[in-house]
Amino acid sequence: MSTTIETPAGQRQPMVLNMGPQHPSTHGVLRVILELDGETVLKAEPVIGYLHTGIEKSCEAKTYSQAITLTDRIDYLAPLSNNLGYCLAVEKILNLEVPKRAQYIRVLLAELTRVASHLVWLGTHAIDLGAMTVFLYCFREREEILKILEYLSGQRMMTSYFRIGGLALEPPPDWLDRVQRIVDTFPAHIDEYEELLTGNRIWQARTKGVGCLSPADAIAWGVSGPLLRASGVAYDVRKMFPYSSYDEFDFEVKTQTAGDCYARYQVRVAEMRESLKIVKQAMAKIPPTGPFRANAPGIVQPSREEMKTSIEGLIYHFKIFTEGFAPPPGEVYQAIESPRGELGFFVASDGSAKPYRVKVRAPSFINLQSLPLLAVGRLIADVVACIGTTDIVLGEVDR
Amino acid sequence: MESQDADKNPVVHKLREWNAAAVSEVIEFRGEVTIVVARERLLAVAEYLVTEPSLRFSFLSDVTPVDRFPLEPRFELNYHLLSLDRRERLRLRVWTSGADPVVPSVTSIWPTANWHERESFDLFGIRFEGHPDLKRILMPDDWEGHPLRKDYPTEGYR
Repeated sequence: MSTTIETPAGQRQPMVLNMGPQHPSTHGVLRVILELDGETVLKAEPVIGYLHTGIEKSCEAKTYSQAITLTDRIDYLAPLSNNLGYCLAVEKILNLEVPKRAQYIRVLLAELTRVASHLVWLGTHAIDLGAMTVFLYCFREREEILKILEYLSGQRMMTSYFRIGGLALEPPPDWLDRVQRIVDTFPAHIDEYEELLTGNRIWQARTKGVGCLSPADAIAWGVSGPLLRASGVAYDVRKMFPYSSYDEFDFEVKTQTAGDCYARYQVRVAEMRESLKIVKQAMAKIPPTGPFRANAPGIVQPSREEMKTSIEGLIYHFKIFTEGFAPPPGEVYQAIESPRGELGFFVASDGSAKPYRVKVRAPSFINLQSLPLLAVGRLIADVVACIGTTDIVLGEVDR
Repeated sequence: MESQDADKNPVVHKLREWNAAAVSEVIEFRGEVTIVVARERLLAVAEYLVTEPSLRFSFLSDVTPVDRFPLEPRFELNYHLLSLDRRERLRLRVWTSGADPVVPSVTSIWPTANWHERESFDLFGIRFEGHPDLKRILMPDDWEGHPLRKDYPTEGYR
């Protein structure tokens, strides 16, 4: 790229401005090459790959169970989402039925993860546009969710709590009381955020009419999640292709029609409320006792009790942790509705203990491609709003 | 695995009605349908799948290459399609050789394929004819080699 601009006096030429990869508002290591005419954006080209760590390649070198810990790091703001998608894909190849208790717990945790992820989105998006208080409030509430994840799995973020066949560990007996506290107090917090932003004239000026995406463009560009729903297309994987017993839950798919940043804000805030509805229903459905993982000798490890007292248990335990298990050869594509959109896992098995190919269809990667559609023609300040509204996570974009 | 049931699948049936030679193979596994088409027919089949009113696979979810080294043809390219109004998924598969992996670009049909194809080129070395701007997307611009190929070491060369 040329760095000298030779212009005869008086001639206008667009200016190339580099945004990132180090930049507080790109929400990660994202580089956007902006071509500007004054403050108007003529071109916005995202350049990615700064966080590429070869997760898909690494998955091929690990057994199916070991690869779960890699999936946490893809969309690191919603690690349980990734765990869920991957586990469902492998369970599909294995044709393995997960016990209902584990399915309901998975739904509950997936929805709490959605709330936690949306809180990060709201906090960072708001602070980019100047609303600093919202950031602190959102992260304060997110702490409560992280505490629950720590209580269950020992980890705040990279939990790897879902395993092939169910959960990693039996949840502690009183964990639902802690979830109850969240369900009781959260709606008031969401009201707080709305009070600060929804009717706020500055917020509306920064987000209404900014980054408009038409439904036709959204579909053509493969956009999914709140971006698509804010443009009026009611596509939610949980409703269209229900997984993990989502069809037993009563919730709405929230949409708007304006397709601008404000509409996406409204959709995500409404989604947080719907998620809490699902969490409440899940709490009522989860039986207090029962298996937390499938009974599948050779695939799901036996309980510690069984391993220590029966020779079969010992042998299965040994084989699972040394050889792993070999699913039948074949390919599946399992999609889930992550907080960012359609998160798909394409898993190809060749009949060995290690996946032959794991491809992550990352919603942020696809949604980021539509950034020029949102930002071109707007001002530089709107680029920040547009990046924030796409809710990208660079771990997912780059893998 | 081709079977009589395969033709009962309405999408396969429609495709064969439209062009008897369109579909090379049909695979059904775990409730998912994969339609294998010849590379030369890819654009025509894709166009048909999008525009045919009873199919309307307007949403391209994903483009996934798989390296089946040392088989020949080497690269398996999977297109994951979705019909939003009919609530149905479909996988379209094309095979291409290892020596000269070239496939027509579907960006003219599904613009979202742009970055998918760049990633396939970057990590597998598959070239897409007609792509507006085929260049690496994840690896640095001056990288040599295609990391997700099976003959590329997991830990890299550097």
